[in-house]
Amino acid sequence: MGTVAKIARRSFLIGSVAIAGGVAFGVYRVKTPYANPLTEGLAEGSATFNPWVLIDRDKITLITPHADKGQGVVSAQAALIAEELDLEWGQFETSFGAPDKAYWNTAMADESVPFAATDASLGARSARVVAGGVIKLFQFQGTGGSTTMSDSFDKLRHAGAVARDTLKRAAAEQFSVPVSSLTTAKGAVVLPDGTVVPYTELAAVAATIEPVSEVVLRDPSTWRLIGKPMARLDILAKSTGTLDYGIDFTMDGMLYAAVKTNPRQGGVMNGYNADAALQMRGVHSIAPVTNGVAVLADNSWRAFQAADAIEFDWGPAPYPAEMDDHWAAIAESFTDERLDAEWRNDGNTETVFAQTPPYVAEYRAPYVAHAPLEPLNATILVTAEGVDIWTGHQMPGFLVTIVAGVTGHDASDIRFHNLFMGGSFGHRLEYEHIKQAAEIGKLMLGKPIKLTYSREEDFAHEFPRHPGIARAKGVVKDGKVNAVDLQVAMPSVMRSQMGRAGVPTPGPDAQIAAGSWGNPYGIPNSRMRAYRVPELAPTSSWRSVGASANGFFFDSFLDELIHQAGADPMLERIRLMNDDVSRKVLEAVAEMSSWGGALGENQGRGVAFVESFGVPTAEVIEVTNTQNGIRIDKVWLAAEVGTVIDPQNFENLGQGGVVFGLGHAINCEITYSDGMAEQSNYHAHEAMRMYQCPEIFVKGLENGDKVRGFGEPPVPPAAPALANAIFAATGTRIREMPFNKHIDFV
Amino acid sequence: MQITVNGTQHEVDVEEDMPLLWVLRDELGITGPKYGCGIAQCGACTVHVDGMAVRSCSVAIGDLDGNVTTIEGLGTPEALHAVQEAWVEHQVAQCGYCQPGQIMAAASLLDFNADPTDALIDQAMSANLCRCGTYPRIRAAVKTAAAKLNGV
Repeated sequence: MGTVAKIARRSFLIGSVAIAGGVAFGVYRVKTPYANPLTEGLAEGSATFNPWVLIDRDKITLITPHADKGQGVVSAQAALIAEELDLEWGQFETSFGAPDKAYWNTAMADESVPFAATDASLGARSARVVAGGVIKLFQFQGTGGSTTMSDSFDKLRHAGAVARDTLKRAAAEQFSVPVSSLTTAKGAVVLPDGTVVPYTELAAVAATIEPVSEVVLRDPSTWRLIGKPMARLDILAKSTGTLDYGIDFTMDGMLYAAVKTNPRQGGVMNGYNADAALQMRGVHSIAPVTNGVAVLADNSWRAFQAADAIEFDWGPAPYPAEMDDHWAAIAESFTDERLDAEWRNDGNTETVFAQTPPYVAEYRAPYVAHAPLEPLNATILVTAEGVDIWTGHQMPGFLVTIVAGVTGHDASDIRFHNLFMGGSFGHRLEYEHIKQAAEIGKLMLGKPIKLTYSREEDFAHEFPRHPGIARAKGVVKDGKVNAVDLQVAMPSVMRSQMGRAGVPTPGPDAQIAAGSWGNPYGIPNSRMRAYRVPELAPTSSWRSVGASANGFFFDSFLDELIHQAGADPMLERIRLMNDDVSRKVLEAVAEMSSWGGALGENQGRGVAFVESFGVPTAEVIEVTNTQNGIRIDKVWLAAEVGTVIDPQNFENLGQGGVVFGLGHAINCEITYSDGMAEQSNYHAHEAMRMYQCPEIFVKGLENGDKVRGFGEPPVPPAAPALANAIFAATGTRIREMPFNKHIDFV
Repeated sequence: MQITVNGTQHEVDVEEDMPLLWVLRDELGITGPKYGCGIAQCGACTVHVDGMAVRSCSVAIGDLDGNVTTIEGLGTPEALHAVQEAWVEHQVAQCGYCQPGQIMAAASLLDFNADPTDALIDQAMSANLCRCGTYPRIRAAVKTAAAKLNGV
């Protein structure tokens, strides 16, 4: 229970900026509140209470500014507002809203600074506050880093509460009754005599009333929606083929575009011959785009076919042409000059290693593709006056800036219409297809264009997850883990990614060490160093980013040491755990899986614990070593998220995250030859199919004090838990993803 | 040439080698079948031809021999097919992009085998990728749909 003042104080400590009535608080150079973007263009008689609620005579619209990639955040964001505003489920419409500065994602700033997300120390808090200010300057209406729930939880409930309060006062004024005599239910104010006045009828009066800045949020014990299973608002459309994704968007008179750009990503085009393509049926024209061309046609397939018929002379890749050279560049980066940061140095590992020769191991994680099932696409209409663009994207603010940079329009003349996405996993954080659509649209002034990537073009320009190598040393003593030294070398994904958005990334890249250094274990001697590899192939955030590799490195090595010590993998992790909330996660997964119970013949179990995005997550995996390979039988997952918004969606996200983590660990990598990705479609980058899918049991814990998102945290523990289980079942320790290089799976 | 989709006959003027998927999507504006891979690897484009599940991205329109049913013809938001009811009941979808194909594959499976074993479900449904990883819920939904269709 908190008043605005309490929430403001708490939010401020964690770097929040916007809480009530659309007003933004902040520090640094961004103290000025931003105007409410929804007050413009409202019809007479409509009222806007804050940037998240719109009510007019006809309907109630809830703005859910965080993009929906399939994680269900439209429903979750709407539920937070509806809970406080007393709306019934489905009694409203939702909209992603226009990109605007009022929709800052302050939680994302939390994750961009080099402190563990669970670290509440003063230094960490101060850094987050500064980062919140800096990021605000860079137009960060983003969805990513599993931040939607932590960003929204207070803000959206508050939006609902302020709107409800204002509507009650509007009813009090209109019907000359005291506010204290009014209640609300089902989208209406109820008068003392029982008369029901829908909010829509109060909108005009409410518009004349200044919203209060202090409201009391509901006690969790009274929640009607939060914490209960909710039917997703989009479930019917998604079960009937009636939801329009970006790729389904059409306009009258639209041309279909396909692009071919240098498959040596970022390399130039020296020349091309499109004579044959131009003769093909339905082809309208060829348009130049950066490092390639677009084919415009009257059908997507005809555009793809014609693009395939063009002969190109491509320039070399701006990175090593062969994969071996990528690995060599990473292996050569464990030097003092390449040290990005020493993230942790507890005790004295060097002294321990001088006394006892350490156990050593080396791990690898490859490039891996996001490959959401809906290929990248964008529909655009450029006119002399402005630009309309329709697509699903995680970074609306940057998108607008990038389109403006191509077309030369003022950013205020660019209207971005965010659409549902057929997955992302970080893929829709990129802008190349947006730039290309803008380049084509600018040439085809007044003509709507839909650009669709072929799957092959999509794989060729993946911006995959960054690769890495870890070198680990450790010592056990008296049956316990005594010392761990982990050195990780990776290219900086943040530099690669943010560089393309034009954002400088000073200081160390926290993602090179995320998922390892901040572990809450009390290992007496513990050292974590990150080495920055010179930029190789361009990379981008892949679901769980640095933790997707570092979780595998650190937890696998810890497991190796525990086996060296002859200790129980679960009990030793629990013994080492220094954080009560995290220990409960391990204890929960031990109980769920009946850890220590009898196993069948050729079976083995592994446990892994990784904290990412502030969510301590533990997974136990049970495998059977069959004659034809490893079968993954069961997975148990426990995670601490503060508050589970929707247990059904939570379970779905947990299961999906486990499938994502396991599938890619088993059989996926992107490799380069002649400067080009060797994997062109799903046959070569398959991930998990249903026959391989284990039973997955998910439990959310609510012992923490901050609401956390769950889109990414289930991913990092999956790979190490599987490697640890395979070791338990077979005695084979796998230290490189994908695992199918070393062992077969059935 | 003529094609029948969801009970309606259409005249289309296209090359014989144009895949059925693109005739449906770009010529007829039927967008339930999705483009995911173009090489019959992902199953997002799955439709029925005379009740049999096929990958519409890999069927040339000139080779089409039979009536086409897309997800739009299987059921509607107002009148769901039993498989779709089960998909809603289990809240299967995350991004949802693969689900039209998954649902069409499941409906065809249950049409040929009203009571499939777990192994058969896995086998039949493994040609359809779900990048979000909703497989556990798809499995459960197929079983629920089978029970519904069998009147259990």
